[in-house]
Amino acid sequence: MGVILPPWVMTLTRAMVPMVIILVLAPVGMMYLTWLERKVIARMQDRYGPNRVGPYGLFQPLADGIKMLTKEDLVPSGADRLCHFLAPMIIVIPSLYLFTVLPVGPGLVAAPLTTGLLFFVAVGSAQTLAIFMAGWGSRNKFSLLGAIRTAAQLIAYEVPFVLSLAVVPMIAGSLNLIEIIEAQKGGHWFFFTPWGFTGFFLVLTAGLAEVNRTPFDLPEAESEIVAGFHTEFSGMKFALFYMAEFLSTLAIAALVAVLFLGGWDGHPWIPAWIWMAGKTFLLVFTMIWIRATFPRFRIDQLMGLAWKVLLPMTLANLLGAALWYLWYGWAGSLFSAAISLITFLVTTQLWLRPKPSLTTKWIESTELT
Amino acid sequence: MNYNLNYLFLGLFLIGAITVPLLPIVLAYFIAPKKPSPTKLAPYECGMEAKGDAWVQFRIQYYVYAILFVVFDVEALFLFPWAIVFKELGIEGLIAMGIFLGVLAVGLIYAWTEGALEWE
Repeated sequence: MGVILPPWVMTLTRAMVPMVIILVLAPVGMMYLTWLERKVIARMQDRYGPNRVGPYGLFQPLADGIKMLTKEDLVPSGADRLCHFLAPMIIVIPSLYLFTVLPVGPGLVAAPLTTGLLFFVAVGSAQTLAIFMAGWGSRNKFSLLGAIRTAAQLIAYEVPFVLSLAVVPMIAGSLNLIEIIEAQKGGHWFFFTPWGFTGFFLVLTAGLAEVNRTPFDLPEAESEIVAGFHTEFSGMKFALFYMAEFLSTLAIAALVAVLFLGGWDGHPWIPAWIWMAGKTFLLVFTMIWIRATFPRFRIDQLMGLAWKVLLPMTLANLLGAALWYLWYGWAGSLFSAAISLITFLVTTQLWLRPKPSLTTKWIESTELT
Repeated sequence: MNYNLNYLFLGLFLIGAITVPLLPIVLAYFIAPKKPSPTKLAPYECGMEAKGDAWVQFRIQYYVYAILFVVFDVEALFLFPWAIVFKELGIEGLIAMGIFLGVLAVGLIYAWTEGALEWE
């Protein structure tokens, strides 16, 4: 090699490699996630799922992609064309950014930020903006209702999501996702501590709500508001909303694996990235399983769950984690577990308490008419 | 890798991240058929003719949630720096944060008893 490249070219090439890997693997991963989800749900519902295009329907996502490309792109008359055009793009970009801070193996991370966890949360919450743009820009009542519901749901679940993540930097002492994994080295996964166990379920529940997956998919409740905020989107733009949703699902699963299941930590016989991929896959499978099992929440139950159950539980879990650390040993563990359990029992009782005021209001209003 | 280079990378990533959604949209623009008609472009209302405009003023019930959200999101902003140095602060840090969280928890209980958390 006789040519000596200037240093900035070297830097640029080094930056290009992880970028290209993420930008190529993310859409491919998303395509096969749709295949996996359809296949798993079909099996759980005693169906075959996609099995016509290629062996085991493996080329189905490709066929879907071609179909989406050849669909007419409709923009309703009177819509805000700029909002309508930008919304699907603005929703995909943050979901791609989520993967820049996720470590796949030792040293295998695109951007090892010291504030990785905070960056993940900040970028992830930018999707609310795109969803509202989509709902508003469509100039359709269903879209706008769906967008308003989504905004309400996302800001309600943002609070328990962020607060339940805070227990991890408390004990790991860092927001850097690599250092968080290092703190769990050797099988000391946070999942096996009482506060980590609670935190795992809190983050998973709030995360499911953040990506609008099934028990919390009210923004897309097809029996009530057609398809919610993306009612008026067709063809490739519709596919982009799906892509963002699946990418966020994958990213949340990977984040939970990093924070509570030790990331790439595992037996050294198996390569680190396989551990990481395996844990992420297990969590994604659990999310699909939840989708196949649970019915959808009612909107008041949904908001109640965020504010009345998850929020008190995250605050109690912070206290639990602090006590666990300060009285390290069986006493701290017992305190931590007891606090979580008591808060869970009390808050769920209060959340599921029937509301007599609503029924009386209804009777009065019918008597008047 | 140099620390600032991470942010340079994230900046460069934006260019790549824009192409991922833009490329299929542009591709679809050339491939997809374009046969618009007034009926096709009408806003979808389950097959009925659309009545009225979607851009009307109506009561949004979740503004109380939005206020609560601001309170607790700002709290998260204070919580994360505290969480990182929690081990060095020890029990004093816990008491200080406990008072702060306690005040907010009282606020949440007040909002709850006033019925602000009921969606109707």
